[in-house]
Formats: sequence, structure tokens, C-alpha cells
Amino acid sequence: MTAATPVISCKNVWKLFGANPEQYLKSLTGNPGFDEIRQAGYIAAVRDVSLDIAKGEMLVIMGLSGSGKSTFVRCLSRLIDITGGEVAVEGQNIGEMSEKELIDLRRNKMGMVFQSFGLLPHRTVLDNVAFPLEMRGQDRHARRARALEVIELVGLSGREDYFPRELSGGQQQRVGIARSLAIEPDIWFLDEPFSALDPLIRREMQDEFLRLQEMLGKTIVFITHDFDEALRLADRIAIMKDGVVEQCDTPDQIVLNPATEYVAKFTEEIEKSRVVHAGVLAREINGHSLTGAPISEKQTISELARLLVNDNRDFLPVANAAGSLIGAMSRQEALDVLLGEAS
Amino acid sequence: MTDQTMTFSGKSQSWTRAKTGWVIFAAACLLALGNSVLPAGLNRPPEWLVLPFADWINAIFAFLRDDLGLLYLTRAFADGVEWLLDVTANLLYGKNRWPRIGPIPWTVIASIGFVIGYALQGWRLSLLTGGTFVWIAVMGQWKWAMETLSVIVVAAPFSILFGLVMGILAWRSKTFERILNPVLNIAQSLPHFAYMIPVVVFIGVGPKAGAIVTIIFSVPPMIRMSLLGLRKVPHEVIESGHMCGSTRWQLLRHVRIPTARTEILVGVNQVIMQCLAMVVLASFIGMPGLGQKLLQLLQALKIGRSVEIGITIVLLAVMLDRCTKAWATKQPEHFEKGTSFAVRNKFLLLGIGLSLACLALAQFIPLMDQIGRRDAFTISKPIDAVADWFIVLIDPVSQWLRWFLITWVLIPIRDAFLWMPYAAVLALLAAVGWAIGGLRSALVCLAFFGLIAMSGWWDRAMITVYTVVVAVSIAAIMGFPLGIWGSFNEKRASIALLICDTLQTFPSFIYLIPVVMLFGVNDVAVVGAVVLFAAVPLVRYTIEGLRQVPETLIEAADMSGATRMQTLWKVRLPMALPTVMVGVNQSVMFSLFMVIIAAFIGTQDLGQEMQRALSSTDVGKGLVLGLAVAFMGLMVDHLVTTWARSKKEALGLE
Repeated sequence: MTAATPVISCKNVWKLFGANPEQYLKSLTGNPGFDEIRQAGYIAAVRDVSLDIAKGEMLVIMGLSGSGKSTFVRCLSRLIDITGGEVAVEGQNIGEMSEKELIDLRRNKMGMVFQSFGLLPHRTVLDNVAFPLEMRGQDRHARRARALEVIELVGLSGREDYFPRELSGGQQQRVGIARSLAIEPDIWFLDEPFSALDPLIRREMQDEFLRLQEMLGKTIVFITHDFDEALRLADRIAIMKDGVVEQCDTPDQIVLNPATEYVAKFTEEIEKSRVVHAGVLAREINGHSLTGAPISEKQTISELARLLVNDNRDFLPVANAAGSLIGAMSRQEALDVLLGEAS
Repeated sequence: MTDQTMTFSGKSQSWTRAKTGWVIFAAACLLALGNSVLPAGLNRPPEWLVLPFADWINAIFAFLRDDLGLLYLTRAFADGVEWLLDVTANLLYGKNRWPRIGPIPWTVIASIGFVIGYALQGWRLSLLTGGTFVWIAVMGQWKWAMETLSVIVVAAPFSILFGLVMGILAWRSKTFERILNPVLNIAQSLPHFAYMIPVVVFIGVGPKAGAIVTIIFSVPPMIRMSLLGLRKVPHEVIESGHMCGSTRWQLLRHVRIPTARTEILVGVNQVIMQCLAMVVLASFIGMPGLGQKLLQLLQALKIGRSVEIGITIVLLAVMLDRCTKAWATKQPEHFEKGTSFAVRNKFLLLGIGLSLACLALAQFIPLMDQIGRRDAFTISKPIDAVADWFIVLIDPVSQWLRWFLITWVLIPIRDAFLWMPYAAVLALLAAVGWAIGGLRSALVCLAFFGLIAMSGWWDRAMITVYTVVVAVSIAAIMGFPLGIWGSFNEKRASIALLICDTLQTFPSFIYLIPVVMLFGVNDVAVVGAVVLFAAVPLVRYTIEGLRQVPETLIEAADMSGATRMQTLWKVRLPMALPTVMVGVNQSVMFSLFMVIIAAFIGTQDLGQEMQRALSSTDVGKGLVLGLAVAFMGLMVDHLVTTWARSKKEALGLE
């Protein structure tokens, strides 16, 4: 496996629910719509989705309930068998794996966090976190040591002997996160992990999650129905509707250039300047004379707001983290993002 | 019963379906009115229609027993059970068998009872559990009670294990579940006696037969609850199990079964309660213990002594029920870090310590070892005195009531039922069925009662139907107002529900004691016992139905200016009706069971025939009679559930 090989690669993945989905899928021609399929007595949860997820990338799948995002993530770990297409994990087609190979894959490579936590009510925090290790057949001592390590990582030290029932929602989800990390997975699936939590805790957990991600650098598929959450966390966002990925791109591009009307509707209410980074607006220098201190490509437009208003340069130099110039940002364009285009 | 359902259906179903129902109803009335000119073949099932089901069943059983050699298998299993029974019998009441170390002193068992009760829920339950054993010992009933318990101790684990395995199989295989479901439906509506006859044939009589009939009888609820529990495990918990890399077996062992713990333990509770009910009744096939004593004392009309035994049985029932329920609802709790072994296991250590102390003391104080009949207390004399006084006091009333009920209610209604031509009854049921569930339900009704007609026990069956109809009607007249009254405030409701719950744990046999005391041995006593037994679920579900009405609806009614009566009639009762009907359904089931049990205080219905079949070990006849009873229950069940489902859909409750 070379560095360029995607960790997860989906090619034309279909998932239909109904009486005889495989046969029906074969009979399909062209690109039938969701309603057309429904009329034939099938529910199209995932329609012809192709995307690649690179190593270390955080892909957020965004969609409203019923858009097929939860089904899609279950196709990636084969919790659900797909109807058509191919899902490959590290180059291996998981649809063709035997039960044993699949169990091995899950025991060593994958971790998953669930919306309603999915904790085992009869086990303590420690035993819940150690559960995947126990399934692998690790001995009691190794299990305990590793479980304590991850419990500490998620900040639950001292609660090892509690039962899930005795914890708050946020704490329960921390247990869920710890459990999914216990086996040191390469791929981390999170299915609306913070949706069941109240807004304040959700914010706190998102911070916590970003901290963990910075430390661990895993390949992540994150499901959410909260667009703000998606913008906050994602390297790339895939927006799903009726089983189809409407657009899959970086947050900046989604906000600046929504591909479809549906995506545009989502971005309408968003304050673009908080999402768009200077780097995205940087164009080739093309002989403009650039003066003054460069701005960092990582800065959002809203962070640059004061500068944009006060500065009188037409073009601002943009530099990357190493300090070398990568381009020039038009001040007018940036102000348009900040204030909305003049109508 | 039928009249009630008619009016409900008239209101709720579509016009055309109700109309068809009325047309068939009119035909039924015509058939009934023309009774005198009806050909004999429509009045009673003609001979060519009556099929020799009993002979067929007997032939099948003979084939199983003799040609397939099933007898050896059952006897071998029974011998294994008997060996276990001997062990528990030796430990609990000192029967002279291996391991010959018993009997355990009663104080040891009582102190273990105290500790278990305390560990499960606290001192109240502790008093109940320990107190029950103290009462048993002090009243000199130790041996009988231990005879009864030794069977439960052996039978319940078999049922639980067997039920769990069957439940898992049914959960794994849809086909198996589809086969199992009707079998369970019939098994759960077969009266107790129907189980005993085949057991007598295959096993014989005595404790081991009692144990085996108990095992068979108590399995169905365990299967149902295991299946339900496994189905209810949240989807995400299972997915998380998958993602942790569990194999199928690991998933079952570590994820599904532990997560279904509560349902499975509720199943255990039901198994134990069913065991107790059956073990008491198994006295009819020579099972010694409390049931046999009660039977003898009731037959000899020794009220005081039978009340004593009755109290013991009730205490045992309530204790077993509370303990298993406490176990089912008990949630694990963690200990703080660094808690010492002694604190973590304090109940275990306390139990061991107390037992050892009692064991040591029993060596020196014989009364702490055994309490013989001579040392035992009895309260039978004062109870007899009070009972006599009470009976003399209310004699004018009870005499009159008995006379009134027999001459003006029971006999006329019974004659009316017997006068009805069977064709008219079938048509009437078809009409009800059609009005409630269309053609399908009409056919279901016809099939169930048609088979009863073909069994050749039509008149007996009609007597059973009459007893049940009368008893459930009386129970409804008493139970509905009581339930409505009980539901008016939260405190009253919870007390009433507690009483109902407790009454429901009593084995059916117990209900015979007060009615025999008051009315002696006759039809009124039978109806009285059935009424008591049947009223409990009615009250219970009426209260539950009324309490379940959403608060917002009642607030809406209040804000619309409804009076309490208006709220009751226009909002609460219509919303509660589906739940109340579940109560009616259960009430009918309970009455059917009770009517059959009441046979031994003298009835002329299917139950009496079943007792005869039992004493002559006629498997075919016994099963045909049992199935006839089961079909009545299943028909009512079908009608009520169909009606309740459509009603709930209409109300948007489910």
C-alpha cells in the first residue's frame, strides 16, 4: 500500500431495502430518482456513492435524518451488506471477506462510536472499555492496563467502577469513545456521537474530540446532522440527501461554491467569513505588486475582519505556515465574503 | 360477554362490516326462536358430526409410548429428576436418601431468608422472606412446605434453562418461532388438569410426576420472555458488539443475554409463580405437600386449618414473587475504590455467619432444629370460632343470596344456554366475529366452536361457558366501578394496584377457601370463586387504562370546562377502553382456569369430566376436554385482541 492509496474507497455503492433488492438493482437503467425507486417498492438508502477517504483525513458526512448517512457509514464497516458496488478498506474488498476476516478487521483496524452510546448496561466503565480487548482474547492484565490508559485519555479516571447508568450522557459518550479507541484502530467511525447531548456538553465534547484527533491522527468518518458541527470539525464534508452525495468538498468550497440548490440552502444561514480561510481566496500573484506583512493562509476571513476594513491595499499577500508566499488575496473579494456581496 | 362485544363493535367498525354482523345475528335469533321446529341435527351436533378425537389421540399416544419406546425415555428422565428431588428432599425435610445429611435446621433456612431479602431490597423484604419461614416453622407446617418447595427448587431451574434455550432457538429461527407460537398459545390456555393426564400416563404419580408436570406447565412464559428480551436489545448495543469484533457466540453470551437480563428475570419470576400454582394443584396426582393438605382439609370442611395452610401458601407466593421481582429490577452499583473484601461481600459473609450460628445453636436447642406438631402453635380454633360466628351472623343473607342466585339467576341462565340450539350459538359467534374482524374472525370463531361441537361435549361445554359468562359479568359489575374509583387519585391507584398484584400471585386454589367457608359446596361457591379470581384483572387493567390516559388530554378537557363526570365518560373511558379490554380478556382466561379447578367442589361441566379422565388416566378424553377449554379462551383472545388493535389504531395509541 502506497501513501496515495485511500484508506477507504467506495465505488458506486448502492443500498436498497426491499423484497429483492439485488435483482431490482440489476434491472435499473440510467439514474432513477428516489421517488421512482420508492414507487417500485424499495427504499434507496444509499444511491451510487463513490468517494475516497485518505489516510489521516476527517470526512464529515452531513445530512438530515433519513438522508442515508447512518446507513452509509454502516456499509463502510459492513454492519450492513451493500446491494451493489464495492467498498475497499486498505485495498481489500470487504464485501468478499469471510466472517472471520471481517471480525479480524474490526478487532484490529476499526472503532465506532454510536449516537445512543451502545454501552453494555451490566458492565462497569472499565469492563465496557476492555470489552473489545476481551473479544480479541487478550489476558486480564493487559486488558486492564490498556483500558485504564484510554479511560485516562478521555478524562474519566476515577470512574472505572461506575456502571453506565450512574453516569451523565456526556460521560457515557466518553466511555463509548474510550471503548472505540481501546484497540488503537486506524479507522474511526463516529455516528452522530454528540447528537444526544445538550448543546453546552456538545461543544465541550467537540473540543475534546479535536484534542484527541490532534493527538492520534486517525482516519475519521464522522456523521452529523448539524452543519455547524460539520464545519467545525471537517477536513472535507460530504452532504447527503435521499441517499446521494450532493457535494463532497472542503468546508470553504462548500460555503463559497455550493454545487446544488440543496447545498446552497444549507449555506445560506452560515456566516461564511467564519468558515473561509485566506488560503482559499489566494490567487496567483500575476505581477501584482505586493507590499506589507503577509497574512497566514490558516486565518479565517472573520479573524482578518479588522485588518480588511482598515487596510487600504487592494491585494494582500498570503503566506503558508513555513512563511513563504503562496499568493495574493483580493481585499474586495474577502470583504464580499465578510459583508455579503454588494447587490 | 357476547352482548358486550356486539355493542362495542357496532360503534367502532365500518358500517358494512357491522351490517353483515347484524344480518348473521338476525339469522342466529331466527335459529334460536325456531328451536321447537328445528330439525334435531341443528339443535345438537348430530352423531355423524362428532368425531372420535379422543380415540385418535389415544392411538397416537399409544404409538409414541409403546412403539416408539418414548416411555423409556420419559421414565429415564423422570428417574433423573427423582434423584434430584431426593437430594433436595433430604436437605429440606430429612427424607432418608443420599446425601443423608438433612434436614437443615429451620433456623438456618429462615436466617438465609432474612439475608437474601435484605440483600435484594432492604429490611421490609427481609422481614417478609424470613418471617414466612418463621411462620411456617412455628405453625408446624415445615415438612409440608418443604415438600412443596423441594419440587419448586428442582423444577424451576429446569424450566428456566429449557425456556431460555427454546427462546434463543425461536429468536434464531423464524420458522421455529412460527411453529412454536401456536403451540405456546394453546399451551398457555390449556387448563392445569390437561397437563396432568399425559404425565400420569408417561411418568406415574407422586413427587416426580408433580415435578415434571410443573416443569412442563411453567416453561411457556419463560420462552416468551426470553424471546421478548432478546428482541428488545437495542440495535446500537448489538452493532457496538459487532464493531468490537465479537463472534456470534460472544455476541450472544456477552451482549445479548446480559442486556436482556431484566426480561429474562421477569421470565424467571413467572416460572416460579407458575411452579407454585402447579405444585399446589399437583396434589391431584399424588404430590404431597401444602396442596395435598389443603385439599384434604377443604374436603373435610376444616376451615380453620385450611386458612392456616392458605396463609402459608399466600406468604410463600408473595415472598417468591417479591424476591424474584426485586432481583429482576435490581441494578448493579459500584463500590468506591479500596472497599475491602468484607464490605464488598457483606451479605455473603452475614449469611454464612448467621447460618453457622444457627447450626451450632440447633445442636443444643432442639426447638431451633425442628418444631414438631406438638410444639407448634395453631390459630385454627379462633379462626374456626370467628368463622362460625361470622357464618351464623350472615347466614340469613348468605342463605337468601344462595337461594336467589340459584333459583333466579344461575338455573334460568344455565337452562337458557342449554336450550340454545348449537347452530344458533355458532351463528351468533360468527356474527360477533364478523362485526369485529370481518370474514377471518368469523371463520376463526366458527372453527374454534365448531371443533368443540365436533368433540361431542357440547352440553358440558355450554355449562362451562355459562359459568364463565355469569362470573365475568358479575366480576365486571363489581370490578369496573371499583377500578374507576381506584383510579381517581395517584395514592389510591398505587394501593389498589399493589393489592391486585398481590392477589394475582395467589395460586388459584386459595380462592376456594373463603367461598367454601361462606357458601358450602355448590354452584354458588363455584361462581363465587370464579368471580373473585376474575375480578382482579378487571380492576387492575381498568385502573391502568385510566391512569395511562395522557395528562395533556385531561388538561385539555379541563380547560374545555368539562366536569369530572364528563371527563370520565368522554375522555378517560374511551381512551382507556383498549387496555380495559385486555383486562376482560385475562379475566375470561382466569375464569376458564378457575371453573375447571372448581370441579372438585362439584360442577357438571368440562372440569368434572376432566377429573374423571384424570382418575381413569384417559389421555385422549383429557386432552380433548382441555383443548375444548383452550379453544374457548383462544376465541375470546382472538376477538379481544383484534378489536383492541383496531381500536388502538383508530385512537392513534400505537
